[in-house]
Amino acid sequence: MSINLSHQQRRILAYSIPVLAVFAALIFGAVMLLLLGANPIEGYGEMFVGAFGSGDALIATILKATPLLFVGTGIVIAFRANVINIGAEGQMVLGGLFATIAALYLPEMPPIIMVPLILMAGLLGGALWGWIPGALKAYYRVNEILSTIMLNIVAVQLMNYLLRGPLIDPAEKAGTGIPQTERLMESADLPIIFGDRFHIGPVLAILGAIATYYLLWRTPLGYRLRAVGLSEHAARYAGIPVRRTIALALTLSGAFAGLAGAVLVFGSESHRMVTDGSTMGFTGSAGFNGIVAALLGGLHPIWTIPASFLFGGLIVGGQALQRAVQVPSALIVALNGLVVVFVVAADRYRVKLLSVDGRDQEIADDGKTPEGEDESALGSVYDAAPSGTDSYGQDEFYEDST
Amino acid sequence: MSEVFTTAVLVAVGASAIRLAVPLLLAALGETFGQRSGVLNLGVDGIMLLGAFTGYYAVLKTDNVWLGLLAGALVGLVLGLASAVIAVTLKAEQGISGIGVFLFGLGMSDLLFQKLVGTPIPIDTFPQVDIPLLSDIPYVGEIFFQHSLVIYLAFLSIPVATFVINRTTFGMKIRAVGEYPDAADTLGVSVAGVRYATEIIGGTLAGIAGAVLAITLGIFQQNLTNGAGFIAIALVYFGAWRPTGVMLGALLFGFVNALVLELKTLDIIPRDFTNIAAMAPAIITILALVFVARRFRAPSALTKPFTRGK
Repeated sequence: MSINLSHQQRRILAYSIPVLAVFAALIFGAVMLLLLGANPIEGYGEMFVGAFGSGDALIATILKATPLLFVGTGIVIAFRANVINIGAEGQMVLGGLFATIAALYLPEMPPIIMVPLILMAGLLGGALWGWIPGALKAYYRVNEILSTIMLNIVAVQLMNYLLRGPLIDPAEKAGTGIPQTERLMESADLPIIFGDRFHIGPVLAILGAIATYYLLWRTPLGYRLRAVGLSEHAARYAGIPVRRTIALALTLSGAFAGLAGAVLVFGSESHRMVTDGSTMGFTGSAGFNGIVAALLGGLHPIWTIPASFLFGGLIVGGQALQRAVQVPSALIVALNGLVVVFVVAADRYRVKLLSVDGRDQEIADDGKTPEGEDESALGSVYDAAPSGTDSYGQDEFYEDST
Repeated sequence: MSEVFTTAVLVAVGASAIRLAVPLLLAALGETFGQRSGVLNLGVDGIMLLGAFTGYYAVLKTDNVWLGLLAGALVGLVLGLASAVIAVTLKAEQGISGIGVFLFGLGMSDLLFQKLVGTPIPIDTFPQVDIPLLSDIPYVGEIFFQHSLVIYLAFLSIPVATFVINRTTFGMKIRAVGEYPDAADTLGVSVAGVRYATEIIGGTLAGIAGAVLAITLGIFQQNLTNGAGFIAIALVYFGAWRPTGVMLGALLFGFVNALVLELKTLDIIPRDFTNIAAMAPAIITILALVFVARRFRAPSALTKPFTRGK
């Protein structure tokens, strides 16, 4: 149908499709606003102003975008290796918990040591929570979608247990019992760059995205990740340790989500870890919305930067809208869901536009293959599964004899 | 300890296990149809929540529990159709689009509740129907035969579903489409048509499951299901894609939940550990997934959209 489009036009159209999908979701949202008796034009006006209309609004948007970018970057890594990580919510929680525990139990040290330490702790927590489903998928053929969802449930209960019990602020334990930690040590606060709340989180997230770009397209490891994502079969044939790479993809993905969790705690204004009993209360659904940011960014780490910014604006603006037209905040959750559905449903058309493009976008994205790729062939003694391209294995047929 | 597990307690746990198993059972059974045809619907929890609210609201307005059930089913049907459009026609990545449906259901059910009801008002619950004679058997009767009609029907739906999937033309088409969509297509089976049908069945059952949950509890609140829809999806894997297996899984989960509840009320689990106890279902599920993945194989076309000639 669009045969006459040039390569460049196709690319532009492909990248604008997810944005169009967001608009489609907002039109749906306008209908909902009308049904709620609110004026959608006024509401969306408030939304835009609330997200991008002032310096304060922009800062709020950038800070909101930060966890999305961290998570989104991790999602890009997973996706490129053909792994779906629905577990970023739980990985963020673990990252927040690990970092919080580090700040509570480590001795006071200067910020230059403390801040990297708590970030590292957060990264480890997330990485652990990504490694579990990664290893389960790679070595036990457990579907990662299900295991990550279950680990989200485990994570939230763990958070509630720890914040209500062992980690609770001693003052709260005696008092009203709000499940939160004490004010964490000041030397672990994320350094403020300007104003009174713009901390280094956004800078770290952008650096992380750039580093991921290099990882994926300029290193042997990145080559392995993408090779496994494109064809497990071919990658295996080329001697790439497929299982280890799959486990690693989820571990890395989780590590980024863990950083997001740590940044949420130590970049917050209260400088405590707090729970309202739900995962979303801590993450603000960033673990799910990061997926959307990654898709909006065409599963490219660099494009995920502006995509996260836009999506952060959508969330901050949504809150402004909700306050301005006096509708329950549940509307934002529902709208958020619609955005996810529309963006994901439109994603196929993005891929389609890129693939009729004459060359294989996924491989050729940036030309060169990394040097030193044969190193992977030396890599490991990968015991190939007897058969089976899918992660469940095909060696056993079950009889249908219920 | 031994005094705690008196027969009275055990009977109470058994009966409540069966009640708690039913919403999971219905939702998981619906998901089984979808997955056997190759579609993973991750939005079950969202559909359950909207079914639960609609069911609750209908009973609140009409005082008729059966109308509530019907309302939940209708909402589920519509959302099942929407899920089919997303997964089958638009070919969205099923692992993620369902999360969107879940968030939509979570927000929408809460929004509607706040707008239309506001403060939680208890509603009528399903009347208990004792099965004559059987309900008089000591212990056994109390556990199995003193429930509401929906609970008996839910368990009756298991053999029906088994029969449909394994012994009817429709069931054969479902399995063919889920395993070898290309072959099915060549033989003139409409892959999209079958998947639409299974998604609508799945959505309807999820809606019913939500309504049953709300009407059994007699209340609605934000996030009433508390992740039951996701557990239901896992139960399909747990039950190795067979209705009987799914039922056993649902009963196990019902039992674990009932036991945890009972131990909590008896103060055996200290309040501090309730969160730890609440991890049990998720951890059991992960362990079960490891076990199932070693022995059974998912439908080959699961989560793969079908394009002719590809």
